[in-house]
Amino acid sequence: MNIKINNNAYWANPGETILQVTQREGIKIPTLCYMSDLTPTGACRICVVEIETGQLVPACAFPVYNGMEVQTNSKKVRRSRKSIIELLIANHPQDCLVCVRNGNCDLQDLAAEYGVRSYRYVGEKRSGKLDLASPAVERDPEKCILCGRCVRMCHEVQNVGAIDFVNRGFYSQVSPAMDRSLNTTACVYCGQCVVACPVGALREKSYLKVAWEAINDPEIHVIAQVAPAVRVAIGEEFGLPPGTITIGKIPAALRRIGVNEIFDTNFAADLTIMEEANELIERIQSGGKLPLFTSCSPGWIKYVEHFYPELLEYVSTCKSPQGMQGAMIKSYYAKKTGLDPKKIFVLSIMPCTAKKFEAGRPELSVSHTDPDVDVVLSTREFARMLKIAGIDFNRMPEEGFDDPLGESTGAGVIFGASGGVLEAALRTAHYMITGKDMDQIDFTSVRGLQGVKESSIKIGNATLKVAAVSGLHNIDRFLEEVRNGNSEYHFIEVMACPGGCINGGGQPLPSSPEKIKKRMEAIYEIDRSLPKRCSHYNDSVKALYDNFLGKPGSKKSHELLHTHYMKRESI
Amino acid sequence: MQSFKEILSQKTLSDKFLEIINDRYDASKAGISPDMIRSLKSRLSLDAVDKPIIMIGMGTCGLANGAQAVYDKFEEELASRGIEAELTRVGCVGFCAEEVIVDVKIPGFPRISYKRVTPENVGTIIERTIVNKEPVIQKALGKYPDADAALWNEIPLIHDIPFFKWQKKVVLENCGVIDPESIDQYLARGGYSALSIVLKNKSPYDVIKDVLASGLRGRGGGGFPTGKKWEFAYNTQSDQKYLICNADEGDPGAFMDRAVLEGDPHRVVEGMIIAAYAIGASVGYIYCRAEYPLAISRLEKTIADASAYGLLGKNILKSGFNFTLKIKKGAGAFVCGEETALINSIEGKRGMPRPRPPFPAVSGLFGKPTIINNVETLANVSLIFSKGADWYSAIGTGSSKGTKIFALSGKVVNTGLVEVPMGTTIRRIIFDIGGGVPDGKHFKAVQIGGPSGGALPEQHLDTEIDYENLKKAGAMMGSGGLVVMDEKTCMVDLAKYFMQFITSESCGKCIPCREGTKRLLEILERITRSYREEETEVDSLMRFQGMLYLERLANVIKDTSLCGLGQTAANPVISTLRYFRDEYEAHLYERTCPSKACRQMLTYTIIPEKCTGCTLCAMRCPVEAISGNRKEPHFINQDICTHCGQCELNCRFDAILAE
Repeated sequence: MNIKINNNAYWANPGETILQVTQREGIKIPTLCYMSDLTPTGACRICVVEIETGQLVPACAFPVYNGMEVQTNSKKVRRSRKSIIELLIANHPQDCLVCVRNGNCDLQDLAAEYGVRSYRYVGEKRSGKLDLASPAVERDPEKCILCGRCVRMCHEVQNVGAIDFVNRGFYSQVSPAMDRSLNTTACVYCGQCVVACPVGALREKSYLKVAWEAINDPEIHVIAQVAPAVRVAIGEEFGLPPGTITIGKIPAALRRIGVNEIFDTNFAADLTIMEEANELIERIQSGGKLPLFTSCSPGWIKYVEHFYPELLEYVSTCKSPQGMQGAMIKSYYAKKTGLDPKKIFVLSIMPCTAKKFEAGRPELSVSHTDPDVDVVLSTREFARMLKIAGIDFNRMPEEGFDDPLGESTGAGVIFGASGGVLEAALRTAHYMITGKDMDQIDFTSVRGLQGVKESSIKIGNATLKVAAVSGLHNIDRFLEEVRNGNSEYHFIEVMACPGGCINGGGQPLPSSPEKIKKRMEAIYEIDRSLPKRCSHYNDSVKALYDNFLGKPGSKKSHELLHTHYMKRESI
Repeated sequence: MQSFKEILSQKTLSDKFLEIINDRYDASKAGISPDMIRSLKSRLSLDAVDKPIIMIGMGTCGLANGAQAVYDKFEEELASRGIEAELTRVGCVGFCAEEVIVDVKIPGFPRISYKRVTPENVGTIIERTIVNKEPVIQKALGKYPDADAALWNEIPLIHDIPFFKWQKKVVLENCGVIDPESIDQYLARGGYSALSIVLKNKSPYDVIKDVLASGLRGRGGGGFPTGKKWEFAYNTQSDQKYLICNADEGDPGAFMDRAVLEGDPHRVVEGMIIAAYAIGASVGYIYCRAEYPLAISRLEKTIADASAYGLLGKNILKSGFNFTLKIKKGAGAFVCGEETALINSIEGKRGMPRPRPPFPAVSGLFGKPTIINNVETLANVSLIFSKGADWYSAIGTGSSKGTKIFALSGKVVNTGLVEVPMGTTIRRIIFDIGGGVPDGKHFKAVQIGGPSGGALPEQHLDTEIDYENLKKAGAMMGSGGLVVMDEKTCMVDLAKYFMQFITSESCGKCIPCREGTKRLLEILERITRSYREEETEVDSLMRFQGMLYLERLANVIKDTSLCGLGQTAANPVISTLRYFRDEYEAHLYERTCPSKACRQMLTYTIIPEKCTGCTLCAMRCPVEAISGNRKEPHFINQDICTHCGQCELNCRFDAILAE
């Protein structure tokens, strides 16, 4: 099809929208409610362009036709866009200076780009109550611009539907049912709504103050653990290109702000693999419940607790790497060093908002009184912390993690990307069953950003059917198969967030598919660069088993590294 | 009792009706109930009544005016006097101003319509008309031109009285005349004959060609050619298609769809079956607002009866065509009258519009090709086939064919439903049919097309109504509400009223409609506000600033909104600004309301010479702003007065001055 944009001729494919053509051709059209992977709703009207009839149409939703003539910068277009921005501002708290998204806000950017210099429209503002009740995600309805991105994310991608539009017209709001708080809903705290939100209406619950107080308390021994996906993303907060690997700068920065010891969650990931591979083999050999679903993603765990409680016994009983690391610090490490576990403060740095909820699960406490992980900071909060502390992150030297819970292999780091847990587990399961490593360590068929990746692998005489699933809407068909008793799978990895932890709800904003791709590439680059790439070669893990746990699946392992789940009600 | 054969031989039976009955019932078996025969006989032509029939207009309008009490009184009186007569509920004949309307037909005399009947009149009507066989002249509206119409010369023919004289009732031909719950009466008046013609003689594409040739355009507002719309769906290949009847009539001041659904529901169903056949839909929905309970219950009966007669369901009239019909109740959102929001609502989602394209004819309900037509559009369809596309296209103007029903209300003598040929002037509707503005007041404007339409002033009275002319003048056909306004109506206040409606009905999806209409309303509120309420200079400044941006904002809302509701949301402001800018300026600069309708701008004072000191105003004042001694002139404290107008309303001596 031939179309004209701003009087220049372009070639377009049938079925494409105007926006798809302009993005390809490098013509900028502002968007607000648009999300590349989701159904366009045409709600915000900021992307309107003028077509040859003089009509304004939304570029995000309007398909091209042969002979179409588009103006992206006519007087009518400019006036309309500016008016729309002014209308949004008129109903927005003018508190940019104290907003969590200050300097990182789509509305602020648009107002700057379109030269809004006055409050043209003044009047009533929508009121709504702050929802601070959940341990992970906060909502501020007054900041909401009702673009609906979070709603589509929650419904279309995550299949949870904890929030939706309520009320009408000017008094419309995005809210859980009956104006309740998120913590009373089936919200799984994945934080994808926070990633989707263009303004500060949805944000993680911040625990910075708690973290600082622990660091400043000389009586407290602060131990940090850092999740795999943080090291490929935090650079974005400091202006580094997406996918920059900052593996050594993170421990260096943590030491400089006063954290006593820095362990690596990747170590616990290796430990998880030992337990989970063992669990898989046991279930296969003893005719246990199959498929085995992974249990690293706390959003996924809450999802299955809400929506498929009858299938909980298919989920691995292994704690997540965060949970295992917390347990090991407060038992093994405390015992080894003679520190009082009550004086140890575990500070988790995670790409995730749901980890904040997970840390508070009472069943994840070795002492049964105090949590194993005391506080969880998102990648974004961690970056904020470093900025407050005056850390010049980009100039940090490359330093290492501390022993004995700091050593890790390539298998641990790939936990950060969807398919990684599966790949890491297969590497070790193969070894456990056959006594030798796979010929080809790279299991590329389960890598990539697709929501569902299926494969099969021959281990010894058996062929295992496996799948890696991310984005919760993709998991339902697998769960339905299990429910109906016709699932052919042995092992299924589930990550709540599309693409896995690299796209977690706590990662730097704004997010984009290109950034996620870069972060994923970086994860596999770290894996390739490491001398050891299988969990069973992690010497610290071996030492842990030799000196403390016994062997994978032992009684002590079960006591400290495994957990249980519960049915949760949904409104 | 007549045999079935005799019934079939009656010349008054429509030939097509015979065909249908023949299809359904084997003549030799005569499996038709005696009740039906009797009912047919008496209804087919009033010539044949063998006992008095009393027909009471019991649409929602009649009921609201007390028709049920009248009905009950008739029942009671007839029983107590031992008079054998038949009591029937009919729909609304359209003359709202004269409700409750009761028609009486006694053997040998013309059918006579009585107006404004109350239970107190029932005894007189029975006594005089049924017993003494004479008309009650002071209550008579007119008589029907039936076989006995030569009698009772003192009564005018109903079609000669001004309200009906200029109307052309084709879509409404049965409303108020037949019992809407009787499929037999509908059949007897030629109902379902169009369907029979279509299914026997026409291919689906023939149907579309005929509808195209008729020139029928959508009556829901946009005026899109109905045949063209059907053609889109016809040309889209799909395993499943849907037809939806949009009965979510929501414009303030529009009630024609309700009248048709309550008064002649089979006509709508027949139109739907024909439309479904044309586009290839096997399932249809009637999306009717839940505020129309009577329409819904009648539709339920209509669907049940039509199904029992083989007119709905499988293999309709042995044609092999299948069509089932469901009713979906709307929960009262104005926006659900918009096609895509309506589809969302049927799908169980929040009623919010979707971007178009894709148009519903390509991807609509559950992603399948879907045609949505308004009640009145569908009620027109059968006429195209029973009377012919040529007959149909001969009515109306070059671009707009057929008739249009208008709901006439506001400051007009004869309020009611009016069906006129396209091309009738606004003046004819308001002054000839409507009887003009009451109480000797002057006509100021008429709001056409509901909140999405526009207010046209006197200079447009001679506009011949059709889609294009109304658009040119700055209004729109819309659903056909005509609200007449006199000199006491303030146009700024009118715009404010409609903006209040729009802001509370906006779905909240797109920014210009959600945020913009609210700001428009606030600007209007500011300029109609008392200066006493402005506390700071900034407030005064805001008042002027708002006026500067009013037009710009209205145009942005019009240009950028997602759906039809939003795109027309600013029309009340745009059209009143176009014709009545001076009124805005008077409010803004002179702080007066020329029509004295914006009470907040008025100062209420008491004329001492006229005040008798009766104290009534002081007693009625809700804020105790009036003081004074008994039998001495009273005084209004302006600092307390809230401009509610109660004193003016209650003063018996004209002593309150508001200016």
